[in-house]
Amino acid sequence: MRLPLSWLRDFTPLDLPVDEVVATLNDLGLAIESLETVGEGLEGVVVARVLEITGIPGADRIRAVHVDPGTGTPVPVVCGAWNFGEGDLVPLATVGTVLPGGLEIKARRMKGAPSQGMLCAPDELGLPGSHDGILLLDEGAAPGTPLSEALGIRPDVVVELEINANRPDAMSVAGIARDLAARLGLPFAIPDPKVLFDDDVCSASVEVDDPVGCGRFVAQVLTGVTVGPSPAWLAHRLTLAGMRPINNVVDASNYVMLELGQPTHPYDRRRLSGGGLRVRRARPGETLVTLDGNERRLHGDDLVIGDAADRPVGIAGIMGGASSEIDATTTDVVLEAAWFDPLSISTSSRRLKLRSEASARFEKGCDWAGIDRAIARFCELLAPSGATPAGPRTEVVGRLPERPPVAVRTARVNQVLGTDLSDARIAGYLDPIGFTTAVVAEGTLDVELPSWRLDSSTEIDVIEEVARLHGYRAIAPTLPRSPFTGGLTPYQRDRRTVRQILAGAGADEAWSATFVSSDDLDRCLLDPRAAVVVTNPLVAAESLLRPSLLPGLVGALAGNARRRQTGVALFEVGHTFRRPPAGQQLPHEIEAMAYAAAGRAAGEAVTVWHLIADGLLLSDWSLEAATAPGLHPTRTAAVVVAGQTVGVVGEADPVVLAAHEIGERVAWLELDLGGLLAAPHGDRRYRPVSRFPSSDVDLAFEVDDATPAAAVADTLRRAGADLVADVALFDVYRGEQVASGRRSLAFTVRFQALDHTLTDDEVADARHRLVEAAEAAHRATLRS
Amino acid sequence: MTDAAEPLAPWGDLVADAIARVAAASDATELRRLDVELLGRGSALVAARAALASLSAPERREAGRALNQARADVEEALAVRRRELEAQERAARLEAERMDLTEVRPTRRRGHLHLVTQARDRLEDVFVGMGYQVAEGPEAETDWYNFEALNFPAGHPARNMYDTLYLELGPPESTLLRTHTSPVQIRVMEATTPPIYAVMPGRCYRQDTADASHLPNFHQIEGLVVDRRISFADLAGTLDAFTEAYFGTGIRSRLRPSYFPFTEPSAEFDITCVFCRGDGCRSCGRTGWLELGGCGMVHPNVFRAVGYDPDVWTGFAFGFGIDRMIAQRHGIDDLRELVTNDVRFLRQF
Repeated sequence: MRLPLSWLRDFTPLDLPVDEVVATLNDLGLAIESLETVGEGLEGVVVARVLEITGIPGADRIRAVHVDPGTGTPVPVVCGAWNFGEGDLVPLATVGTVLPGGLEIKARRMKGAPSQGMLCAPDELGLPGSHDGILLLDEGAAPGTPLSEALGIRPDVVVELEINANRPDAMSVAGIARDLAARLGLPFAIPDPKVLFDDDVCSASVEVDDPVGCGRFVAQVLTGVTVGPSPAWLAHRLTLAGMRPINNVVDASNYVMLELGQPTHPYDRRRLSGGGLRVRRARPGETLVTLDGNERRLHGDDLVIGDAADRPVGIAGIMGGASSEIDATTTDVVLEAAWFDPLSISTSSRRLKLRSEASARFEKGCDWAGIDRAIARFCELLAPSGATPAGPRTEVVGRLPERPPVAVRTARVNQVLGTDLSDARIAGYLDPIGFTTAVVAEGTLDVELPSWRLDSSTEIDVIEEVARLHGYRAIAPTLPRSPFTGGLTPYQRDRRTVRQILAGAGADEAWSATFVSSDDLDRCLLDPRAAVVVTNPLVAAESLLRPSLLPGLVGALAGNARRRQTGVALFEVGHTFRRPPAGQQLPHEIEAMAYAAAGRAAGEAVTVWHLIADGLLLSDWSLEAATAPGLHPTRTAAVVVAGQTVGVVGEADPVVLAAHEIGERVAWLELDLGGLLAAPHGDRRYRPVSRFPSSDVDLAFEVDDATPAAAVADTLRRAGADLVADVALFDVYRGEQVASGRRSLAFTVRFQALDHTLTDDEVADARHRLVEAAEAAHRATLRS
Repeated sequence: MTDAAEPLAPWGDLVADAIARVAAASDATELRRLDVELLGRGSALVAARAALASLSAPERREAGRALNQARADVEEALAVRRRELEAQERAARLEAERMDLTEVRPTRRRGHLHLVTQARDRLEDVFVGMGYQVAEGPEAETDWYNFEALNFPAGHPARNMYDTLYLELGPPESTLLRTHTSPVQIRVMEATTPPIYAVMPGRCYRQDTADASHLPNFHQIEGLVVDRRISFADLAGTLDAFTEAYFGTGIRSRLRPSYFPFTEPSAEFDITCVFCRGDGCRSCGRTGWLELGGCGMVHPNVFRAVGYDPDVWTGFAFGFGIDRMIAQRHGIDDLRELVTNDVRFLRQF
């Protein structure tokens, strides 16, 4: 909400430096988003009449203008704007003026034409408005009048306030003034409008079909209205508050809303069939053209205002219809002032994607008790144009929220806030903001809630008001002591370890979006049908949740490759999602970890897996040849830990790489971190280390290509029982020396006993057992 | 040689000559040859020893001593020269190995943790030090955890403050991507009994177009304390303590009234501008303060939703965005930099 600070003084004698006002507003929870100073630097700007406009030879964008600044002596000015003509009144910045933007006006020549001043656009004067053309002034101001006088402008400060959802009262100048006055200890009053109502002339009929959606509805007829521009002071205030002046009727309605927080709506009485209004729910499929010119299709839950002939003339509390709009010919006005159910308004406003100044107030909850004052103020503002409030006023009261008084316990206030306030202190904070207190017993206050604070209904709401008025910063901080020793869970510690291992392995940590598109999944050969669908994505690229980290990381590698960064290795830890089994609401969501290295083959990913397994002290794990969507069909293995598959390792499928225009291999490892870390790891018992000499024996076996090297090594280890200290694969050979479809695996086996030095015979026996076992288990033949 | 050894004068010359030749030997081979020639079987010294037999006993004793001395002198000269030559050889060998270590191009590099991870870890560590646990929860949530239990009843206008992304699971708008980390508060309270001292970091989602200051997925950290007699003053003190521990000495926090459905009283919390330390600069809009997050006393309705008695337990919660905080701290003008995954960005931190 834009608030000219001068407006506050209509309600409270505020006389503080601007920065103190700003600090107080902030402290009250009325956060200042921006602040601008207006109306300064206008001392040398006067009203001038355009006498003559002539072209300048050789110039097609600027013209020579002669104006009369009230001195009788024409002043020549060169001007580049074309929105005015001879006879118009315009602002002239005279030579020597320093405009609000800092521009100093000097006498000069342009294309040979003399220019002794400048005609100004609104923004050049620091006034709201555009730079599209010179500010055109209304007739009535004599040339030579200082512009500030002609416009009723005094130096002012306009602040933009961010109003929280629980402050319906602060959506008005008067409400903000009430808060400020309470905090500063200043008197506060909303002046009573001076209006004479002329009863028994004419009325508008009112029917309310929905007493829940519309708790109070008042219609006031005004006759003898002359539609025209608003007085300059009013138009200026509206402009400063960010609203465009339209005509005196609409402006008065807007002014009342800004000042008192009550939206009203003026209808042209002649354009309401039957001269009355009816509040009802919309009929399904009913349409209405709103004031902004758009046709709106209504829902059966939307509250509409119809005329007495049941034609819709407005969406209740949100926007009026175009058909009954005030125009220059309007003479009789029906003014609607109502209280609508906040939930109904916010639901309709959301569904229609239509927000207005009115809906923003109604959905927070307006003050039904302030309706009469708002009508009177409207009438008062319009009185100078000849408008006569006619009567009797018609009113329907529906169901209004019940507002029982709230019992507030002083002990509870002090416990929640950590303060030591007395009953009287608390009452002293509450009474000035309309929370009327009565002490029913020592330590308990009975608090009547103001009708303009619909957000407040319970003790804690009142405690918040006490805190606000006391001042959050007046509460002395204390530090509570946790009775716990803080710490990370084992999972959280291990996750940090895994990250460090991956960084140590040379991979940089990426963060890719959780969202993917169907195309992203197609490119990665992942099935989009298994992915969770986002109902309302802003863009198609965000329509699915990633089922794997593959699209994000491969995409990131491709992005780096395009930026000529090669050999990039990345890793990521993040959640992935799959559709749940039927009957389950939440998706299958896991925390995954993936590693991707461009220019590296499957072996690199396996090495990284070894680093992780070793870093976590994982004992029971194996790699088992497998296939997985998106991964290389013949270079992929499942990572099996304690009998459970927890991930895949290998390379990205060449088809995936081609789709991403990646010209090198990509090593890939993806793990379900939860599954991995659920397996036993880390906590090992000591195994004695042998102090006796060891003997190394090399064994080369020829085995089928399909026989995993890990299986042969495992057989050797088992066959040697506790005499084998280590089995290490040191060479793999395919070629002429071995049969086709087979390969040679060469191992170094280290024999060692815990309790003695092995004899040659023992080593030879053990070697023999190993060879026999390998031959028996794997169709292996020993190569000599 | 002593002048008393007059009869042995010829040996003196011989020894002097031998020492000179040893000193001039240019390598180990020559030194070995000299060793044989000067001290070996056919050497003059050995021959002289044989000749001693022809001398009288006193002469023999005298000459023998001189001869021993002569032999010792030559041996000493050989040893000295041997050490010299070895030292020269070692020096030459080392010189040949000389290396300019600035020529080295590293063959391995260490990867970098993402800035968000680094910040999250540090934040967790600060709170762990204050006796907090770290709790986590799912990113896909039900309406109950994200809104309902947090005192946002259906249709509550405050729901409009969150541009929620919904998932096509269950009845319409029943499943969503959490818009804040606050649902973890509910999960923690459902799973345990007070006292609770916990922080909850994690990724959150809003229907937002990515721009310099918005990301549709972003990270928050949230704190929850529930205990007997926890007050707003405790909230202020905790934020002060955290602020100082994380941002450094002299950085304070301040609270301003605000509104969140799940806390009351609610507040925004600001910290002393870390750039100007409160004097006012461009980064803080000359206010001396930077906005960090939101906080407040846990709303009684939230306690009721998880079955806690609000007259027995009170608590506070606070939360803030990690991404914006680090962007500000490191001078990153555009939040989208955090998600480009460009290694030229990742490797800077």
